[in-house]
Amino acid sequence: MLKGKVWRFGQDVDTDMIIPARYLNTSDPAVLAAHCFADVAPEFARQVVPGEIIVADKNFGCGSSREHAPLALKAAGISCVIAASFARIFYRNALNIGLPILESEAAAQEVKAGDLLQVDLAEGINTNLSSGRVYQTKPFPPFMRELINGGGLIPYLRQKLAGTGEV
Amino acid sequence: MGMTISEKILAAHAGKKEVSPGDLIQARIDLALGNDITAPVAITEFARIGVDRVFDPEAIALVPDHFTPNKDINSAEQAKVLREFARKYQITHYFEVGRMGIEHCLLPEQGLVGPGDLIIGADSHTCTYGALGAFSTGVGSTDLAAAMAAGEVWLKVPPSIKFHFYGQLQPFVGGKDLILYTIGQIGVDGALYSAMEFTGETIASLGMDDRFTMANMAIEAGAKNGIFAVDERTIEYVTGRYKKPYTIYTSDPDAEYRLTYEWDVSTLEPQVALPHLPENVRPVREVGNIELQQVVIGSCTNGRLSDLRAAAQILKGHKIHRDLRLIIIPGTQEIYQQALREGLIEIFIDAGAAVSTPTCGPCLGGHMGILARGERALATTNRNFIGRMGHPESEVYLSSPVVAAASAVKGRIVHPEEVLKSA
Repeated sequence: MLKGKVWRFGQDVDTDMIIPARYLNTSDPAVLAAHCFADVAPEFARQVVPGEIIVADKNFGCGSSREHAPLALKAAGISCVIAASFARIFYRNALNIGLPILESEAAAQEVKAGDLLQVDLAEGINTNLSSGRVYQTKPFPPFMRELINGGGLIPYLRQKLAGTGEV
Repeated sequence: MGMTISEKILAAHAGKKEVSPGDLIQARIDLALGNDITAPVAITEFARIGVDRVFDPEAIALVPDHFTPNKDINSAEQAKVLREFARKYQITHYFEVGRMGIEHCLLPEQGLVGPGDLIIGADSHTCTYGALGAFSTGVGSTDLAAAMAAGEVWLKVPPSIKFHFYGQLQPFVGGKDLILYTIGQIGVDGALYSAMEFTGETIASLGMDDRFTMANMAIEAGAKNGIFAVDERTIEYVTGRYKKPYTIYTSDPDAEYRLTYEWDVSTLEPQVALPHLPENVRPVREVGNIELQQVVIGSCTNGRLSDLRAAAQILKGHKIHRDLRLIIIPGTQEIYQQALREGLIEIFIDAGAAVSTPTCGPCLGGHMGILARGERALATTNRNFIGRMGHPESEVYLSSPVVAAASAVKGRIVHPEEVLKSA
């Protein structure tokens, strides 16, 4: 169960906004976190508290394939991103590194900055504790739950390869 | 039920007779690609998997092209990680500075991608190779790490959208204008999670470079891949380059499409995308009086030989505007050399341009042409997000090479006819 206050973003938040390319000369998560949203929300990196949640409109994470974008969010302490929709590479990158992301148009329409959200990943039930509204999201298929619960693609693959004894 | 070309390639690589949109599959890959930004993260993740070899040293391409020749100490360290990994695991297709090119110009040219292949790359513009009738898509670094170890990737089979273009194109209108027009019509998430299939008589008349440009920008509409049917031009291109046997897949007449768009493009004008999204597209004559401080011609979108020829055709005998910098970046060393032989580089330098060794550099605000506060650039690249090419208060407009070259002469965004008329 995740619980955190909400940071609000609009539509088409691109990966250059999440982490500008000039900071991609490192892959150190702490450095990336310090520059997260540097150009469009410079206060974010200073003020974000571990466990907080991002809610955004459509097409979150569009643009580059840089995994530095979900890495920066995760390292900054963001526990979950909820958006009306996600750009597809960001979607798989987030799951692959174990950052939960959920699609909900209703939440994207109604949730406000500063609201307190509670997210139940297993059941797909997300509650806005500030307004009392509940948003149901589609639970992940078993394959993907296994991947997320294992901490991402690498632990999943390590287990799988160890299990079969082949590469 | 028939299948699309994308579905057929995915089914073949998943060892299945057929797949449908929405199916989650584990698929065998023919090639995995990484660059100096994405591969270092992948290499760290690769070490965590705990295997002592890559699945196939000949099926991995590592191209240090983004911050190279290295712009600072950190980027030099990252390139070193790539180099050492390539040596340790005896990666055949590692391309050092000097023999390097922008990855999506380089791999087709070197014959590393071909029709019917399944290619993943830790770079969003990996979708470029769909021009060859391959299924090719961008992934992240962790995906690349897994693919380097196991030779497989998990994919969700995308629904396909058909884009049918008909009509003969006007002069100065090409692949870049078609794809900008398309993104302008459907938006930056208009093909989200989907396969964009480009068909029609206009497409059949396009050369390979124009097709690479179009497939390259499929991601700017949110697509998983862009794809073209294989025809005589494709076969002519891969002959002598691609050494492996290949399979030509075609969409069945009864294949299902999520959507079909049909456009008569016979009156289409050169297109320009305005800040700060590639969907803000207008015909060049409707953008107004936009003064420019910089023009960039190059990138994985438009750094190929025909792009340079088109720019040279405009620039020949002209000087660029005195208040403007023009930066031209050939996509690969081979393209650079051919441009030299054809006298294009001389035309560029005579016009007052700076010509650089291949690099992604300015496209992503890395180096080799960063914008200051308030500056405005027209680029033949693929993205015009806030701060993409430098200061968050700078602006990027996107166009084809001919519009970019003409605008460099005039110092503002113009239709190429304005330059040719004044000559």
